[in-house]
Order: sequence, then C-alpha cells, then structure tokens
Amino acid sequence: MSDKKIDDVTGISTTGHEWDGIRELDNPMPRWWLWTFYATIVWALAYTIAYPAWPLISSATNGMLGYSSRAELRTELDGAVAARADYAAAVAAAPVEDIIADEALRQFATSAGAAAFKVNCVQCHGSGAAGSAGYPNLNDDEWLWGGTPEDIRVTIAHGIRFEADGETRFSEMPAFGGMLGRDEVTALATHVKALGEGGDLSGPGAELFANNCASCHGEAGKGDITLGAPDLTDAIWLYGSTSADIAAQIRAPRHGVMPGWIDRLGETTVKELTVYVHSLGGGQ
Amino acid sequence: MFMPPTGVQGMRFGAAIPGIGLFAFVALIGAAFGVDAPFRQHMWVLFFTLAAFTVILMRRTSFEPAVPADPSTYMDEPIRYGSIATMFWGIVGLLVGVVVALQLAFPDFNIEPWFNFGRMRPLHTSAVVFAFGGNALIATSFYVVQRTSQARLFGGNLVWFVFWGYQLFIVMAATGYLLGITQSREYAEPEWYVDIWLTLVWVAYLVVFLGTILKRKEPHIYVANWFYLAFIVTIAMLHVVNNLAVPSSLLGSHSYSAFAGVQDALTQWWYGHNAVGFFLTAGFLGMMYYFVPKQANRPVYSYRLSIIHFWALIFLYIWAGPHHLHYTALPDWAQTLGMVFSIMLWMPSWGGMINGLMTLSGAWDKIRTDPIIRMMVAAIAFYGMSTFEGPVMSIKAVNSLSHYTDWTIGHVHSGALGWVGLISFAAIYHMVPKLWGMPRLYSERLVIWHFWLAMIGIVIYAAVMWVSGIMQGLMWREYDGQGFLVYSFAETVQAMFPYYVMRAAGGALYLAGALVMAFNIAMTILGHQREEEPIGGRAARPAPALQPAE
Repeated sequence: MSDKKIDDVTGISTTGHEWDGIRELDNPMPRWWLWTFYATIVWALAYTIAYPAWPLISSATNGMLGYSSRAELRTELDGAVAARADYAAAVAAAPVEDIIADEALRQFATSAGAAAFKVNCVQCHGSGAAGSAGYPNLNDDEWLWGGTPEDIRVTIAHGIRFEADGETRFSEMPAFGGMLGRDEVTALATHVKALGEGGDLSGPGAELFANNCASCHGEAGKGDITLGAPDLTDAIWLYGSTSADIAAQIRAPRHGVMPGWIDRLGETTVKELTVYVHSLGGGQ
Repeated sequence: MFMPPTGVQGMRFGAAIPGIGLFAFVALIGAAFGVDAPFRQHMWVLFFTLAAFTVILMRRTSFEPAVPADPSTYMDEPIRYGSIATMFWGIVGLLVGVVVALQLAFPDFNIEPWFNFGRMRPLHTSAVVFAFGGNALIATSFYVVQRTSQARLFGGNLVWFVFWGYQLFIVMAATGYLLGITQSREYAEPEWYVDIWLTLVWVAYLVVFLGTILKRKEPHIYVANWFYLAFIVTIAMLHVVNNLAVPSSLLGSHSYSAFAGVQDALTQWWYGHNAVGFFLTAGFLGMMYYFVPKQANRPVYSYRLSIIHFWALIFLYIWAGPHHLHYTALPDWAQTLGMVFSIMLWMPSWGGMINGLMTLSGAWDKIRTDPIIRMMVAAIAFYGMSTFEGPVMSIKAVNSLSHYTDWTIGHVHSGALGWVGLISFAAIYHMVPKLWGMPRLYSERLVIWHFWLAMIGIVIYAAVMWVSGIMQGLMWREYDGQGFLVYSFAETVQAMFPYYVMRAAGGALYLAGALVMAFNIAMTILGHQREEEPIGGRAARPAPALQPAE
C-alpha cells in the first residue's frame, strides 16, 4: 500500500504509510546527528583499547594504558601518606606536650586530629565538639577526667568504662535510690542545685551531702578528676540541670561509655586527636 | 458499564466471581498460617482487597443474556479506567514525594514505623514509576495499538485481567513497603510472591498487545508500537532475572537472591538502569510517537531516523547499567563498558528528541495556541536534557563527584517530572475528551496553569538539586593543605537543609499542577465545558469571512 504524497509545508515526500492519519516524512537522518553518533562509537572503541574493557574467557583485556582503579587508589593514598611522612614521623616520635610546644607540629597534629575527630568522634560529641545530653562538651574547661594533654590522651586511648580495655578509666556512682528515701533524694537534689546556683546550703540536704557525696565530689562539691567525679558547683550538667534531672541522676545514675581508640586508630592518631581536643578551648 | 458482559453463559462475571473469591480464600489461608507477622498482615490486606472486589462484582452481576461485544469497535473501557488510575496514582505518588522531601528537611515528619523515610521513599519511587508511569503506559499502549492497527484489543477479558491485576500489584507493593516487607533491590523491592503475580500480569499484557498487533489491518507496524513492544518484552526479561530468588518459606515474606556480592549488585543495576531505559524511555517514546504527530496533526519527521535510533537505543541501553557501580568492587572492564555504552547512547536517545521536535516543523505556532503541544515540547526538551546529562554523569571523572549525591536525584527528576510526567499528562489531556466523547477539555486555560506550575516546580527542583548535589560532592572531597578531611558528614547534611526545603517547595508546585489537572479531567469526564476565551486571543479563532472589496 504505497501512497506517497508530498507534504505541503516542507515539500518532502512521505513514505506512503499511514496509521490513524499519521504519516511519516522521508527525511534523511540529520548529518550532524549521524556524525556525532559515529564519533561516539569511534571514541568508545578507542577508549576500550586504552582501558580495561573486553571480557575474555577467564580475564579481561588490560588496556594499553595499564590502568587499574585499585592501582590508582593505591597511588593516591601512598602519595598522600608520603607527602606528610615527615610530620607524621615527628608526631609519632614526640610526646604530646612537645607537639603542642612546636608551632609547625601543633598545626599539623591539629589538622590531622580534626579530620580523625570528624570521622570517629562527631557521632557522640557533635561536629563542633559541643556534645549533647550524656555526651560531654569538649569546648569548655570542665574535665571529668582531667584536661592536661596527658589526661586527654589517656582518656582517648583507653576510653571510659570500656570493658574491652584493661586500662580504661572507671568509676561508678552508686544508685542512691535504694539507700535514701524519696524525700531525702529530693532534699539532696535541692542542695546540689543550690551548690551551683548559689542558694540556701543549710537545708536538710547539707548533711546528706556530707555523709553520702562528699567522699567523691568533695566537701564543697568541686568534684575530683582522679575519680571522674564531676564538679557540681558550675552550670555544666551532663544529664540536665533541673531538680528532677538531678534527683533522677542521684536515684539511678546513668553511666556513659566511651570506647578506647588506641587499638583502632593507633598511637599517632590518638596523639593527634589529643592535640585537637586540647586546642578546643579548655585544655590545661 | 463496569466490565464487558462476558463469562459463563447468561451470567455477568460468571468466571470472575468464583475465581477472585477462591483467590481471597487462599489469601485467608496465608493470613492464618503465615510464618512471619508482616506476611500475615500482608495476606490480610490481600484478603480484604479481594473480598471487597468479589462483593462489588456480585452486586453488579446479572443473569440477562449477554450482549456480544462489537468486534468492529475499539475496546476503550479499560483505557478509560486506566486514564483515571493514572491520574489517581500520579497524585498519590507526587504527594508521597512531597512528604519524603519534607522528611529529609524536617526529620520530625518521620512517623515510626509505617511512615518513616526508609519505607516512604520506595513507596514514592514505585508509585511514580510503576503506578503512575505503568498505568499511563498500559492505557496509552492499548489506545495506540488499537488505533494504529485498526484492530480491537486481542484477548477479551484478559485485558481486564491486565488492568485489575496491575492495580492489585500496586496495592500489594505499596502496602508491603509500609509493612516493612522488602527484598532491598532498587525499584524492585516487592518480595517473591508479589513478583510472581506481576509476572503473570505482565505476560497477559504481552499477549494482549502482541495479539492485537498480529491481527492488525495495517500492513506495517507503527513505530510507537515498536517502542511499546520493546518496553513490554524487555521489562518481562529484566523483572524475571532480577527477581530470581528462593523464598525461605512459601508462607513467608522473605527470600534469598539467586545472586551474591558484586554479581548481585550488577544484576540489580542492570535491571535498575533498564527500568529507566525501557520503562521510562522506550515506553514513553512510544507514547510520544503517537500523541505528538496526532496532536500537532503533522507527519513524523523522519522514518529513517526512527528506525536507526530505535534499534541503536535498544541495543545500547541494555549494556549501560554498570555505570551505576563506578569505583566499586565491580571489575574495571565492566565499569569501562558501562561508561562507553552510555556515551554511545547519547545520539540514539537524541534521535527521539529530534523526531519529536522536528515533527512540529510547520506547526511551531501551536506552541502558542495549543497548551497540550506546549506541554509535549517541554517534555521532549527535558528528555533531551536528561539524556545528555545521563551520559555526562556516566563518565568516571564526573561520576566520582556526582555519585551518591543529590545531583543524581536531580537528574532522575528532570527526567521523571519533565519527560515522563509531562508527556503522560499531555497524552491524557489528548485522550480523555476522545474517550468520553466530549468535544474538548473542560478548560484549556487550566492546562496552561498546570503547565506553568509544573515548569516552575521542575526548574526549582532540578536547579536546587544541582547546587546541593555538587556542593555535597565537593564538601565530601574537601581536603586541607595537609591532605586532611575538612568536613564531617553531619556538616554536609546541615549545609543541604535550605536546598531540601526549596526542593520540597518545587515538588509541591508540581503536585499543585497535577491537582489542577485532576480537576480539569474530572470536569471534562462529567461533561462540563468552561466558557472561555480561546488561547492566543480572538485572532486564533477563524476570522469571519470578509466581504470582498468592491
């Protein structure tokens, strides 16, 4: 059924087919289209000669450039390691205090520590190291376990209440809910809140505090970094600052766990993290 | 009329009622003896769906002698149902899209466990691709194949099985996602029993389509039907291979894939990429090849181009999947092939764009006066843009920046919202007045409203995702002078917040356009026509015959 006719608008012949009133023009393929298509095919063939491409029985062609994405990655990683090898060796050899004292080494270790922090620490301590409820803020100058470079290094290396590490820092505040009555816990919470905010320290909580708490937190509630006992006289509260929060913590304390990183990250990275955390504002 | 009156002699739905009733009983057994809770819940969904369907059929049955269908007419009732289903699922899919966009910006919108992002995201992708796109393809393919073959659909009630069977697949897939049933394969999350059901429906679809082509009265098969057939056949193959799995129990919602490791990943992306290639490209090109020349009333630009680009497209597309796995455990040679086949695919894809746009030569003025043509031109333009962007993103150097970022999401949406969405909307605007025997749409002005709402929505969406995607990629790879990482992952997420909000706004505009369309279509079907000025002013109306000058 050939019924070719000339299209009025373009002057091109149709192919003679018709479906539901639709005809087709007998235009050639646009030359630019055809030549671009050929060009992509030529380019593709050339590329497959240059790079690994054609599967064989049990292997594939390797390509004339000898490219491999694994080798490329290896080269780039090795290059990055080599570029900072001098500094990395110096950090590995020096104690943390010496790294901090040396301007160039300190800058290097701070950058390295910041990068390691973004990968390993931000999940709990936050991108800005400001912490959140249950996770200490690392920007302030209150330190549960000490803020000297060596204190920080030990904490990072061995963690807190991290049972997989024998040298981990460990403390456990007893649950006073089983030892004190409801009213006593409330009175104690009121006293503890007053320690920080400045209030009446002569209430019934004072004696309870002296008998139950002072052995770790000190007579004045200033805490003790050797025991990981927090300072109760400042405005920094790990588990909340309301009387109810404090009472809950007295009754059944929550004990956070931080993993030790020495086995996972190695000595050098732990030192770099130490320098970074120490530099955040509260290092001693 | 609900269904053509066939079946057991003398009774409407004489075969369907006991068949579906029995199927409901099987579902009830599954609900009783299922080995895991999600499976039992899912079987309850199936049971209630089928039981409701059986009751509806029983209330509509009758024992009057059946009137045999006139074989010289087109079977358009399933297409009417399909047009409405397309519109319905389109709005559902877009609405869920806006919700997941808001969940990304404001995590409080995650409602555990059924409506959290992990379950809503596949609901969105499947609702848009398979429920909206699939219904649009099935309905238009039935419309086109009858008219270009001058033949009534083959298969009789099998056509209804395809339509309702596909809706059941959609319901089971969607409820499965919300119940947490997934085999974790992108665009193929439904578990084994839903996959088997889809396979049955799809084979029936192939039989109907191919049967209609075989009994055509035209000497040649029209190009639109080549594309539709390529889509149906290839999707059947992709679906079956990708879903090869061993169920851990015949009464459970869990299965083990037949593939493992990187082979599994490659199978998934071979499927995933060709879901884009054969579902969202070839199928909708079939739509374009009928509705654009029909609406413009112009001949197709080049027959030769249509042949070459068709065969080039279907030959090349199937190899491009590995570009989704650049820089992974996939061997280098497969990555290279995935990339070069994607580059070679550029011109075959553009062949469709050229044929679509050049078909308008001699009718370009209709962009001004015919909002449906305007929508088609925009669709083809977005098709051209995203089929250029795709090969660019498949180049390994570009991919190393774009992969895993929102750039990919933007790319998908310029294709999905721009190409798939707009060409489907245009086809429905074209079909609905004809299917319901109306002289025209309720309002052409509302089509213009839809067009601009959709266009502004897409442009916001795509532009915002380019910016946020490239920014995200650059932040991930930002190193300081000593080679140390500068940003934590959470910082990159935080930086994307404003873009997430803008993206949700773009999606909401697109949804608003679809709601305008739904209103327009509903009013058209109900037989209303709005009194309005013709597009392009009064000049567009045929000028009154002038008196010849004396």
